[in-house]
Amino acid sequence: MSRVEEVSCVLRTVNQPLPKKDSMALVTGKPVFLDDVLQGNYLVVKVLRSPHANAMIEAVKLDTAKKVPGIEGIYTWQDVPDKRFTMAGQTYPEPSPYDRLLLDRHVRYVGDPVAIVAGKDEACVDRALKMIKVTYQVLPAISDFHQAKDNPLLVHPEENWKSLCPVGADNRRNLCASELDGQGDVEQVLQECDEVVEGTYHVKANQQAMMETFRTACYIDTYGRLNVISSTQIVFHARRIIAHALDIPQSKIRVTKPRIGGGFGAKQTVVAEIFPAFVTWKTGKPSKMIFSRYESQIASSPRHEMEVHVRIGAMRDGHIRAIDVDTLSDTGAYGEHGPTTVGLSGHKSIPLYGKLDAYRFHYDVVYTNHMSAGAYRGYGATQGLFAVETAVNELAARLAIDPVKLREMNMVRQGQIMPAYYGERTDSCALDRCLKRAAQMIGWEEKYPCRRMDNGKIRSVGMAMAMQGSGISGVDTGSAEIKLMEDGTYTLYIGSADMGTGCDTILAQMAAEVLECPLKDISVCAADTDSSPYDSGSYASSTTYVTGKAVVDACEKLKGQILKEAGKLLGIGEEWLEFEGTGVRSLPEAAVTEARSDAAGTGEGQNRGKVRDDGPLWGCENLHDDRPAQGCENLRDDGPAQGCENLQEDRPAQEHENASMDRGAPALEDRWISLGEIAAGATCGGQIALQAAAANSSPVSPPPFMVGMAEIELDPETGEVELLDYAAVVDCGTPINPNLARVQTEGGLVQGIGMALYENIQYTDEGRLRNNSFMQYKIPTRLDMGRLRVEFESSYEPTGPFGAKSIGEIVINTPAPALAHAIANATGAWLKELPFTSEKIYKAMNGSFTEGEI
Amino acid sequence: MKLSMILNGRKTEEEIAEGMTLYDFLRSQGCSSVKCGCETSNCGLCTVFLNEKPVLSCSVLAMRAQGCHVDTLEGLQEEAKEFGTFIANQGAEQCGFCNPGMIMNAIALFREIPDPTAEEIKEYLAGNLCRCSGYEGQLRGILNFLDWKKGGVRE
Repeated sequence: MSRVEEVSCVLRTVNQPLPKKDSMALVTGKPVFLDDVLQGNYLVVKVLRSPHANAMIEAVKLDTAKKVPGIEGIYTWQDVPDKRFTMAGQTYPEPSPYDRLLLDRHVRYVGDPVAIVAGKDEACVDRALKMIKVTYQVLPAISDFHQAKDNPLLVHPEENWKSLCPVGADNRRNLCASELDGQGDVEQVLQECDEVVEGTYHVKANQQAMMETFRTACYIDTYGRLNVISSTQIVFHARRIIAHALDIPQSKIRVTKPRIGGGFGAKQTVVAEIFPAFVTWKTGKPSKMIFSRYESQIASSPRHEMEVHVRIGAMRDGHIRAIDVDTLSDTGAYGEHGPTTVGLSGHKSIPLYGKLDAYRFHYDVVYTNHMSAGAYRGYGATQGLFAVETAVNELAARLAIDPVKLREMNMVRQGQIMPAYYGERTDSCALDRCLKRAAQMIGWEEKYPCRRMDNGKIRSVGMAMAMQGSGISGVDTGSAEIKLMEDGTYTLYIGSADMGTGCDTILAQMAAEVLECPLKDISVCAADTDSSPYDSGSYASSTTYVTGKAVVDACEKLKGQILKEAGKLLGIGEEWLEFEGTGVRSLPEAAVTEARSDAAGTGEGQNRGKVRDDGPLWGCENLHDDRPAQGCENLRDDGPAQGCENLQEDRPAQEHENASMDRGAPALEDRWISLGEIAAGATCGGQIALQAAAANSSPVSPPPFMVGMAEIELDPETGEVELLDYAAVVDCGTPINPNLARVQTEGGLVQGIGMALYENIQYTDEGRLRNNSFMQYKIPTRLDMGRLRVEFESSYEPTGPFGAKSIGEIVINTPAPALAHAIANATGAWLKELPFTSEKIYKAMNGSFTEGEI
Repeated sequence: MKLSMILNGRKTEEEIAEGMTLYDFLRSQGCSSVKCGCETSNCGLCTVFLNEKPVLSCSVLAMRAQGCHVDTLEGLQEEAKEFGTFIANQGAEQCGFCNPGMIMNAIALFREIPDPTAEEIKEYLAGNLCRCSGYEGQLRGILNFLDWKKGGVRE
């Protein structure tokens, strides 16, 4: 039995496919999203956007616009603070440069805000927007990111631009970040190699296209504070960013979130929040801003367009000895997430190969006059993995080695140090099992590389491996607080944001597991800067791993508090008590004697208690073994009454005092007190807070691993690709909720398929985005993907809660390289630019294709 | 202009502005299950029934519903709960923003084709976009629901 199987045998709530706690509200269409929960009148806020890719505002005429009935206020660059900030939701000091103003005289992309308009309804705001007359001094723009570095034309020439972290940024060179990392002599090793594959791989700036666009509402509360309700993944970062944008103290701001209609990283940037926040702060009136889909397409926070240059060298026997990755990333007009996304293009692709003699990773992140990029699921790893995995597949073809065998020879394995992954060791890695299983599922041996069908079409297969992280090591901080309520149930307070992924539920599952109660007994109160304990937010694949551990720790602490209170109520030293889910029981005499002798031996008797502080997770095994699952409820029903009586009989006030003084006194008979009684006891003359908080940050970021394999049918007459089957096998450690992990995987795969086959971002020569609606920006429908099959090959991550790693991001990474591989196996053409449209495939097959043409 | 319709079984009469869409009208009537995802009739989030046929309310003028029966998920709570449980049991509701539109259209599907094949399901619901789930979990939920309707087990 593997460790995970062992563990799952004793788990009751964790590792169970339970429905999400909010599921019935969602499927019945209850009013839970931002625009559903607002009561009363909110000013409508919109912004006037620049029609030019690079321009200085010379004059703005507002008088007619201001006369439109219902208009409350119109604001321009002259009305806002002149302190630069970043909209990137990152831990302070943010690696993203401070290059934004709320409104700037210098507009840097088509869509950059020029003026904020607030009015009583949409109609009057729309009218006023049309009446604002702006005179621009139009400047030449940088539209090609190859031309950006050291171009005399500067995107950010201003003096008050600043970079807080040493990321190699220099606004005088249009550089948002740059770095060189490596080990060994790459040039030397590449020279020694028998085969070197070299290529430049181009990934476009995909849109997250979450169904709910960006939106925020604000009002001033009783205490004169600015309350911000936003569809955001990062309430705490949002509070800091709004404080910077408005130049007001953070203490004046509270940020909360309702249900979020999808995020995928888009809402890790403060895209909408600052505009209504400014309006409400200025006017004192409630306001809201709801992005249209058009705005969400042209002025938001999409994936960084990257061009990844790769060289991979190997010996004839298949030993991959060197990888060189050089990434050029387009951060657009502003640097949100620019310095950090790019790092993953090398740090999460190179370490997949465990037998390297040398590697080098260099990158430049440049400013251009495109919309600013941001965080999108995969966060740079997606771009790097498309490049490296495609190059490895081409290498296999050149070496005439089966690409699965080539991976078997070279892949990273359990216990290895990964030099290109910050020197971390893989303490949990089932990548080898993922590969084996995926190959079985797709029928690799029979189907590789391709076969011609009777209808003239070609069926082929392709594959890719992937990794990601689990939070940002040493940075991401998750906290949790848990309270025992008067009826013996719990409320869990967290600052991470459930954007549909189900983190409210999986964190509650962990709490229920530790506290040995049913999931329904854990209420979740999430993401409010006033009441939640600090959390970096839901991004970087961190919530399960980082916040999850904080939840476990907080629950363990709370058990200690409960034992204390129970001891006080029962008049028994807490070390003679045992927490057992529905209540607390005194230990039988034998256990007491044993405990005493332990105490004599180790001197730790006072702490022995029944909360296992060593291995909260697996110390529970005995408990689980001898307690039927339904015992929970039964006990609760008939337990309290009798416990109550005992209490009243045996607990005169002074005896209780004595007992808490004399902590050594065990009970001679079996005693039991229900959680409800303990909670109620603490409300009457209470001195022990039945709540506990814990924070967690991890010095490591254990990578989840996966393998994806695609089978396609390609029509050589038209270049059309039909995806028939996709087999994905994931190692995310212990899946906390197998249903949700599976749906995460399926959803990520389909987004990856969309970016590989359909989703395109194209700018006109004037810098306008062509793909500005769902008419032009095509995300997959349910007719566009064939069969998806997902399985888990779980390792056990010792530093994660219940052995868990992350799942959210890794799942988007395999489709692009796997489909490129399948297309190459069908046609012999290695496509290096996304998306793989029929036109590109057809032209590549017929030798008339040049990159960037379509 | 005066608009009169039977909204979720109740006679509703309102003065409305010319050019108001059915989507805006329904939201103004508290039918907040009706969502807008695209403004270009591509996403299916705003699906409601107009005289029992699914329509995209963002692309229908409110006045087109004059004298008609209009139903939203608010008026189909029992069906939503019954079917939605199967979606929830897969974890396929995810963020939930597209759910009301998809569930409306699924109910229309079940009424029109009581025993659809997987291909018919995919085709019927092709206009209901979902960015979270990858559609597979929704399909599993739908198939399980149909099984259960035929007397199978509840999964």
